[in-house]
Amino acid sequence: MSRDVLLTIEGLRIEGRSGDDWTEIVKGVDLTLHKGEVLGLIGESGAGKSTVGLAAMGFARDGCRITGGTIDFDGIDLRKASEAVKRDLRGARIAYVAQSAAASFNPAHKLIDQYCEAPVVHDVMSRDEAERDAIDLYRRMQLPDPDGIGFRYPHQVSGGQLQRAMTAMAMSCRPDLIIFDEPTTALDVTTQIEVLAAIRDIVRQFDTAAIYITHDLAVVAQAADRIKVLLRGEEVEEAETRQMLDAPREEYTKSLWAVRSFARPEQPAPTGTPILSVRDVTAAYGTVNVLEDVSFDIHAGRTVAVVGESGSGKSTTARVITGLLPPKRGEVLFEGSPLPPALKGRTREQLRQVQMIYQMADTALNPKLRLRELIGRPAQMYLGLQGGALTERVRDLLHLIELDPDTYIDRLPGELSGGQKQRIGIARALAAEPKLIICDEVTSALDQIVQEGILKLLDRLQGEFGLAYMFITHDLATVRAIADDVVVMQQGRVVEQGPKAEMFAPPHEPYTELLLSSVPEMDPDWLTRLLAAREAGQTPATA
Amino acid sequence: MIALRFALGIGLLFIVSLIIFGATELLPGDLAQQILGQGATPETLAALREQLGLNDPAPVRYWNWLSGALTGDFGVSLSNGRPISELIGARLGNTVFLALYAAALAVPISLVLGILAALWRNSIFDRAANAGALTAISFPEFFVAYILVLWLAQTGLFPSMVRINPATTFGDRIYMTFLPALTLTLVVTAHMMRMTRAAIINLMASPYIEMARLKGLSPLRIVLRHALPNALAPIINVIALNLAYLITGVVVVEVVFVYPGLGQLMVDAVSNRDIAVVQAVALIFAGAYVALNLIADVLSTITNPRLMHRR
Repeated sequence: MSRDVLLTIEGLRIEGRSGDDWTEIVKGVDLTLHKGEVLGLIGESGAGKSTVGLAAMGFARDGCRITGGTIDFDGIDLRKASEAVKRDLRGARIAYVAQSAAASFNPAHKLIDQYCEAPVVHDVMSRDEAERDAIDLYRRMQLPDPDGIGFRYPHQVSGGQLQRAMTAMAMSCRPDLIIFDEPTTALDVTTQIEVLAAIRDIVRQFDTAAIYITHDLAVVAQAADRIKVLLRGEEVEEAETRQMLDAPREEYTKSLWAVRSFARPEQPAPTGTPILSVRDVTAAYGTVNVLEDVSFDIHAGRTVAVVGESGSGKSTTARVITGLLPPKRGEVLFEGSPLPPALKGRTREQLRQVQMIYQMADTALNPKLRLRELIGRPAQMYLGLQGGALTERVRDLLHLIELDPDTYIDRLPGELSGGQKQRIGIARALAAEPKLIICDEVTSALDQIVQEGILKLLDRLQGEFGLAYMFITHDLATVRAIADDVVVMQQGRVVEQGPKAEMFAPPHEPYTELLLSSVPEMDPDWLTRLLAAREAGQTPATA
Repeated sequence: MIALRFALGIGLLFIVSLIIFGATELLPGDLAQQILGQGATPETLAALREQLGLNDPAPVRYWNWLSGALTGDFGVSLSNGRPISELIGARLGNTVFLALYAAALAVPISLVLGILAALWRNSIFDRAANAGALTAISFPEFFVAYILVLWLAQTGLFPSMVRINPATTFGDRIYMTFLPALTLTLVVTAHMMRMTRAAIINLMASPYIEMARLKGLSPLRIVLRHALPNALAPIINVIALNLAYLITGVVVVEVVFVYPGLGQLMVDAVSNRDIAVVQAVALIFAGAYVALNLIADVLSTITNPRLMHRR
């Protein structure tokens, strides 16, 4: 690479505070970035990716401090620079695109006001110029209605559009460097492609250097020139993108490639009465129908994956099954007999049979309760266990989810990792000894390696207890790994359903095809090829 | 939605009027007897009852009272026979004047202190502002009032008694009511200031605040433009509660400074068993509470784009 060096980080050390202790979370990372170059930074959560990315702006989050190393941005020492100097750089020469645009746009201001803020504050443009520029960039980011979209509030714009608007905002001062912090992680696969393509194009158009942080190797392969892999605050390896994909050197990097090797063996065809039947369910929030004539069956010992974009009605279906949202029409049968539509009408025994595991284990566990109580409560409430029997049951459950009871039984959720919290979610569902567990995006907040652990655990438990799973997800790789049957939903309707083997073999419904073709592949040319193919109309992307 | 709030406010006032009327109905004793004293003859008592309409059934009397009140006619005082609207008129003006005066001091002071305390949180300034405001709110009002009298009135800077009449000029009013207004300011500032500080600090961990910092904005701009607009709803509600308190809860301060406001009128009426006046003042106080909270609800709605601009 013959171009000028823009950013040099050497021996970067960052500490994070937990309680009164400081522990090192970035342990001597080096990084060099040239002008116009895109560096992919990948690793699991806790690898220190975001912390390194923010440090490139001379920024440490509250509770973090930079303790060692140098950060040199175009001749400016960011560790020694005053706050005023760093403020002049931030937004103007180094910009940031956050993971959740919905949370990172201020809800009180219109998009264009937030766009114009940095150029005006940094004296790059006048307000009028900035507004015209915003509309131009909105157009280049292929946002719908570029002239008008800036005058909406964040809550009036969809997640994928917000993410593109945020990338446009980061471009507003034509920075030399943009930090993309998991910009597509929170998006559906179909939206992810649009955002990814828009980011790649605009970075190339303006010859902007970028650090692209993600845990998804296939995503970063589409945009990055080089990839650096981090693990627990240390570099594992760094290489040109193609070289990294073709010939990873380190065992850890290879394991990132291999995580999706898990696959559930084919199950025999189901017989008898299904555990759960959803029959012609139509449900509404207010007067708007969000589900229309949804029907499918779940048999004992099988996993039904319900896939679709956000807003397709997956979670609403779960709410109908659990009785949280009584349907307008149709019914839910449990082992052949109808369940009362509303939660209040159901008996404790009926409630016990269907349990849920949630996407965000963080918010689904009461942070003030110890694991003993969290897991013990359903066992106490549904099965009437008390005292020693209850403790014994909790210990058994902890064993089942592969956590040592002696170490964990009196811990609080805050003292667990993300994957461990999700295991507690599983144990809590199991405590009721249900026949059906609804898993609502249970792995989407987790890293790939942790995901695999959770999937294997769920699979093992299914084998041991003959559980049926309804597995809500937008991640088709997960579906491939664990599903027996697949239900594809779009805009509140079931567009296709059947056994997994059939679903993944052509021909597909147009929407299923779109979903399948949108899953990023470990090939740096995948996005280019896909976009060209869609352009040529070979795939039904426009359908 | 605002129309619905307004209708609810009216409905609430109606219920409050029922409670006020019902509560005075429950009081023991005979009004006519109280007015005329133990020496009254049965004939005069009967005549007075007839004159006051006490022989009518309760719903009729309630209706007469309410329809009168709606047109500004609260009837006559039982103790001195003067029209209540006349008694209340000047005093209501005085009370509103004092409340607005105190609010004009307290609201900007608490907002500025709260914003600065949030901006420089955990600094010496923050601690001093918190300690000062909490000290002021911890003392009883009369104590604060007497301390101010001791410091500012004994030295001759400000009058310790408020002698105003309808002819007093605006400038003189401001000067003469300075001490009661300052007392009330000290009493209500802590609440509003700490809510402003807490509401802003609560938002400082939001992703959009981090985004604002990463855009290179100054801390003051971040607080004013990015945190404050999202913190307005709780701040507005606390301000409304405190303004309502300034109108209805200032009896002690009025007594200390001999200020002719509604609070004193109400206390006098209670001790004179002048039920008609008590009812009228209670209704006005309730109206102030309902109106201020209604305004707070409307302002909270207006300042929230998510409620103003639907998808």
